[in-house]
Amino acid sequence: MEYLIFSVVNGVLYGLLIFMLSSGLTLIFGMMGVLNFAHASFYMLGAYLAFVTSKYLGFWPGLIIAPVLVAGLGALLERYGLRKVHVFGHTAQLVLTFGVFYIIGEVVKLIWGKLPVNYVIPKELDFALFTVYATKFHAYKGFMVIVALVMFLSIYILIKKTTLGMIIQAALSNSVMVGELGHNVSAIFTGVFAVGCGMAALAGVISGNLYITEPQMADRLGLIVFVVIIVGGLGSLTGAIVASIGIGIIQVFAAGLNYSLADFLIYLGFTVEKTGILNMAVSQTAELIPFLLMVLILIFRPKGLMGVRET
Amino acid sequence: MKKFIIDNLLWIIVLLLVLILPAIFNSATTLQLLTQMAIMIVFALSYNMLLGQCGLLSFGDAVLFGLPCFFTIHFLRFSNLNIINIPTPLLPIVGGLFGLVIAFIISLFATKRAGATFALITVGINEVVVSSALMFNDFFGSETGVQATREGFLGISFQTQLQVYYLVLIWTCVCVVLMYLFNNTPLGKIANAVRDNPQRTSFIGYDPIKVRSRVLTLSGFFAGIAGGLYAITWEQVSYDNVSLMQSALVLFMVYIGGMSFFYGPIIGAIFVTFLTFFLSAFTEAWMLYLGLFFALIVLFAPNGLAGIVDYFKPFRKAKQLWAVLKIYFLFILPLILIIFSFVTIVEILFRWSSKGYSAVSLSIYGMKISAGSLWLWLILIIVGLAGSFGFKWVQNIAKTNLEQLSSKMGIEG
Repeated sequence: MEYLIFSVVNGVLYGLLIFMLSSGLTLIFGMMGVLNFAHASFYMLGAYLAFVTSKYLGFWPGLIIAPVLVAGLGALLERYGLRKVHVFGHTAQLVLTFGVFYIIGEVVKLIWGKLPVNYVIPKELDFALFTVYATKFHAYKGFMVIVALVMFLSIYILIKKTTLGMIIQAALSNSVMVGELGHNVSAIFTGVFAVGCGMAALAGVISGNLYITEPQMADRLGLIVFVVIIVGGLGSLTGAIVASIGIGIIQVFAAGLNYSLADFLIYLGFTVEKTGILNMAVSQTAELIPFLLMVLILIFRPKGLMGVRET
Repeated sequence: MKKFIIDNLLWIIVLLLVLILPAIFNSATTLQLLTQMAIMIVFALSYNMLLGQCGLLSFGDAVLFGLPCFFTIHFLRFSNLNIINIPTPLLPIVGGLFGLVIAFIISLFATKRAGATFALITVGINEVVVSSALMFNDFFGSETGVQATREGFLGISFQTQLQVYYLVLIWTCVCVVLMYLFNNTPLGKIANAVRDNPQRTSFIGYDPIKVRSRVLTLSGFFAGIAGGLYAITWEQVSYDNVSLMQSALVLFMVYIGGMSFFYGPIIGAIFVTFLTFFLSAFTEAWMLYLGLFFALIVLFAPNGLAGIVDYFKPFRKAKQLWAVLKIYFLFILPLILIIFSFVTIVEILFRWSSKGYSAVSLSIYGMKISAGSLWLWLILIIVGLAGSFGFKWVQNIAKTNLEQLSSKMGIEG
């Protein structure tokens, strides 16, 4: 029971982190059709910039400064990079962001070194909120949950309930018409891209100190977010949050289970030798499950769980 | 016969050149580099069958290269243990067949759509293979990978690097010719049509999914041969060969070389392999330089290095090659300034940050400098800015001169 609660809580937390990261990506992909390979790199930049600001100004200013800076960088990338290669199609855009992914990874190593940096949780939130079965629930984790939920609600309201959201949605389905109506479509796209990157950075600011801030953090999450937007469904925010939490829980659960197929067969009463694939513990497959899931979804249900359009 | 020689003069010269190259560069390292280039040429060309010919952007081609690598090394190991004896020089065909089968399996489900869907499926497959590589130690080896030794055949021992070079060269030439011929087959032509407009192609009676699947399967065959060549050249295969980095490198090769030309990937493979071999020996930041160069190519020269060569063709025809080159030579000085300033800043930062920004004295280009000095940074920034302004200035001059030149050519031609 203790393991169950512990895993669910950690899974949900991890899932919320993935959601914060992927909400920006699903916004960008859903709105502009640009699959931003470098999305997790912006998340990493957010964490590193927050590390710097927290060193000189404390944690709280970083919460605003880092996302704003990264959003600016994202706007530059959209304005001078993606828009330029757009004439060669979405493939060229995808390839460009793939290059940017490597560049940002190297620049981070260049400036901050290859080892993890000491980005710590702010003192104000460094206490146990409550205790379950001798496991303390950290106040900072509560803060993270609140930020993730606020993020979800504000994007949801922005897209569904405001005029701006309507214009953005319209620009997606018929950009020429929206342009004719006098809206600056290119500026809308730059804005959406910048906001998406800023959101990734915010996720970095909040989770960089909870987990670990190192040059590999983008590699590890960069592909998981693709899984989320595919499984959740293209451009579906609700799908993204469901898929994020689902994948978070699956991964945390799988990582903690040391049983193998052989154990299961023995439990059923068979006599088997504990070697090879049969002896593979579930925990060893934790890395594999999300990607298998993504490939299966792409093949059998390209719309994803809650998507409206096909990929 | 005479016509054939004249038409293919360039290729024949290249062939003669690669045949006598070992006589000029006979150190083992250089031969290894040349061998690696030849392998990567096959791999890059096979990748371009997908990207350039069929418009399928794959981020998981390392699977089609790396898995056959492992299969080949295991078959070589079996030969060593006398379980199954396949002569070493024929082993690449084993790799090719495994590549074919793997690509065929992938093609059963992955080719419904091109574009982002295909890219994502291939990323997913690549990640599945990478994670399994960490799980199945019997097949993928552990940290050290899998090793085996080449065996002699028909009196040739294949123990010297020179013999390996010529073996790989023969395979490479055969594959290059076959892939070149593929371009002109009906399938190759229809693949181009599917790339440009799948809907129209299906209206004239060709199923785009089938075409993509067949091209993918064939491309897997050649990628597999490249994998087999890799295995017998290095006698060791590790987890890196299936990593996403390997997929990225082949994408870099094809984009940098230029995917709309047959010889583009060849140039790209040579260039990128050279960079990874040499740059990585000199600087830790080689991946940054490679990534930046790649991004610049994507942004400013979407047809790659081959596209740049192609750009000068009309000028050469109009006998204005020298005139146009002279205009572009103007850019050399500003570019040198920009690159010098940028590279120096990057190198200083790498050395400085690895010491936690504490050690003030660093050595760069064989000189001792003090990293904290304001003057140093000021000079570097001024050099960089001078280069940038110079570049802008030259750009304006070049623009008017190029316009004049082309209008002149328009009158003459």
